[in-house]
Amino acid sequence: MTKIYVPLDMAAVAMGADRLATAIAQEAAARGESVQIIRNGSRGMLWLEPLVEVETSAGRIGYGPVSVKDVKALFDAGFLKGGAHALNIGKVDDHSWMKRQNRITFARCGIIDPLSISEYEAHGGGAGLARALQIGPAATIEEVTKSGLRGRGGAGFPTGIKWKTVADAPADRRYVVVNADEGDSGTFADRMIMEGDPLSLIEGMIICGYAINGSKGYVYLRSEYPQAAKVYQAAIDVARKAGWLGDNVRGSGFKFDIELRIGAGAYVCGEETSLLESLEGKRGIVRAKPPLPAHEGLFGKPTVVNNVLSMATIPMIMEKGAQHYADLGVGRSRGTMPLQIAGNVKYGGLFETDFGIPLGEIINDIAGGTRSGRPVRAVQCGGPLGAYVPVSLFDLPFDYEAFAAKDSLIGHGGLVVFDDTIDMSWMARFGMEFCAIESCGKCTPCRLGSTRGIETIDKIRAGQDVESNIDLLKDLCHTMKFGSLCALGGFAPYPVESALRHFPEDFHKPALEAAAE
Amino acid sequence: MIKASISGTLFGISTKRETGDPWGITLGLEREEMAGAAPYSDERAREIIAAHMGLEGPALPILHALQAEFGHVPESAVKEMAEALNVSRAEMHGVVTFYHDFHREPHGRHTLKICRAESCQSMGAEKLANDFLKKLKLEWGQTTPDGKLTVEAVYCLGLCAHSPSALIDGEPVGCIDMHKLDELAAEARS
Repeated sequence: MTKIYVPLDMAAVAMGADRLATAIAQEAAARGESVQIIRNGSRGMLWLEPLVEVETSAGRIGYGPVSVKDVKALFDAGFLKGGAHALNIGKVDDHSWMKRQNRITFARCGIIDPLSISEYEAHGGGAGLARALQIGPAATIEEVTKSGLRGRGGAGFPTGIKWKTVADAPADRRYVVVNADEGDSGTFADRMIMEGDPLSLIEGMIICGYAINGSKGYVYLRSEYPQAAKVYQAAIDVARKAGWLGDNVRGSGFKFDIELRIGAGAYVCGEETSLLESLEGKRGIVRAKPPLPAHEGLFGKPTVVNNVLSMATIPMIMEKGAQHYADLGVGRSRGTMPLQIAGNVKYGGLFETDFGIPLGEIINDIAGGTRSGRPVRAVQCGGPLGAYVPVSLFDLPFDYEAFAAKDSLIGHGGLVVFDDTIDMSWMARFGMEFCAIESCGKCTPCRLGSTRGIETIDKIRAGQDVESNIDLLKDLCHTMKFGSLCALGGFAPYPVESALRHFPEDFHKPALEAAAE
Repeated sequence: MIKASISGTLFGISTKRETGDPWGITLGLEREEMAGAAPYSDERAREIIAAHMGLEGPALPILHALQAEFGHVPESAVKEMAEALNVSRAEMHGVVTFYHDFHREPHGRHTLKICRAESCQSMGAEKLANDFLKKLKLEWGQTTPDGKLTVEAVYCLGLCAHSPSALIDGEPVGCIDMHKLDELAAEARS
């Protein structure tokens, strides 16, 4: 029986993977070939999706992007034995995209059947939890702290310190909450893990629950990710059946369970306090800090709120030891970052690498420049609240501090590439518009500032008192940055200011030209 | 064959496969059929609410379940919820209206969500969507006069390497262009 892998990843499905899986099964049946089709996660080479892999004696051979109409020809070419075909990319592990990476968080993603505990364990899964249960809660927190892991959601707060704060807070109940409200444009790493290696997120949450002495975990997932919801819920059921969740986790006597909750289309619920309000069944209004969620979080109890990637990396850190992880990266940015390369690029996808790689290498070399073939003009790093970085700053190394020094952020690791047809004053306007649509409305700078921002940029684009309106816009950005309660209002000025700073010519177009657009 | 069979309900929609997949290999997204929206009754709403009362903070799961059942969240359901959760109607109204996903009026039979976030804009989504809306004589969030298709904006579907992207009744579509959008609209309105 030949094993054929057809990804279930939402991006692969968006390119026809479901129909393709059925077509391959039908063709195999018609030809009397014995095949087993496994729906795996994505390898992250998204431009090749759907990427079909066939297990052969020489390893897993990839074909992509495959469409239904290619199926007959692939069988004719003997693809079940790894036969030559125009879509054959060779051994997937030997592909330059894969070889250049250092996969820690995504080590299993795309390789295993996401819903098979035995395959998960065969690839190192479960070893981290076993070690945690062996060394105890305090030593587990110590290990996470030593690894230097920082929150991958964007703020970069040290994960171990957060866990220790929660563990030390006196309480009768503590919660583990995973923030899977991955709303930033250009990011999809959380989605890919939840579809491709959901058990790692489950294991990470169990380890966290054990370390902080909490028995309940919630995953707050955005509603825009229906496939992640299905796969993750299935994984929870699998884990419960296997005794990983429930009253006696892996026979240790420790009690832990996980519940998946679906958001309802509010971007601001990716902000941790707003997320907690939403989980409690309220409007997703941001809370003032302090108190920190680590002291008073979900239902007023001490709560760890971690991003999907941080949590899914925990099992690997516990398995291989803190030092192994801490040895990677640069400065205070330790370990690896799963980069998400998106937008107008030739080769888009997930690329996990040590911190410190220059931005230009990512865009020009790894991503292969633009899909349109035109010159790159700007890269938005870190989602809708991230700065637009011009080509002149392409030597910037990818780490938290280097980006912060240039008034930019790496956020959740999303990179959206734009070619030279982009109008940066329009993107600045869109940044303000997005903030106005998604503002929770609690604080004035964000609620009103965003709308005033749209109006002011409209005036600039219409050529009306350009210089004084630009001054006004800068002043407004300053107010929003320092007067907003949370990162939505506080960071919405970053794309606007960076557009003004690096692309001033787009704000000084002759009025007639602007009006004609 | 896929190792685990996927069944159960999420968003209150049955995900159990019954037909059309003899190999059990499509873990795919079945389209959320708005056509099956049940007529509203207070009694059924109360049943749905009661089924979720064991959860901590049950409001959002209830709202998702109500909308899956009735296609929208009618005012009477909000009243039932407020009573069950022991909060004021104003408070409950605030919750329902805060979230973009919940709507107070029935939508079209099919819903097309087109992404207009930055990544999709880098591949021309803004112009594409505007031209498409103009062709259908719709604004964002409106429904075609035949009641068949509602077109909504969405801000990122996590399909950013296949921009521009869209979601038709919960099913993802990557690398959309006008031809693809026309096709989806024609199919929805047929």
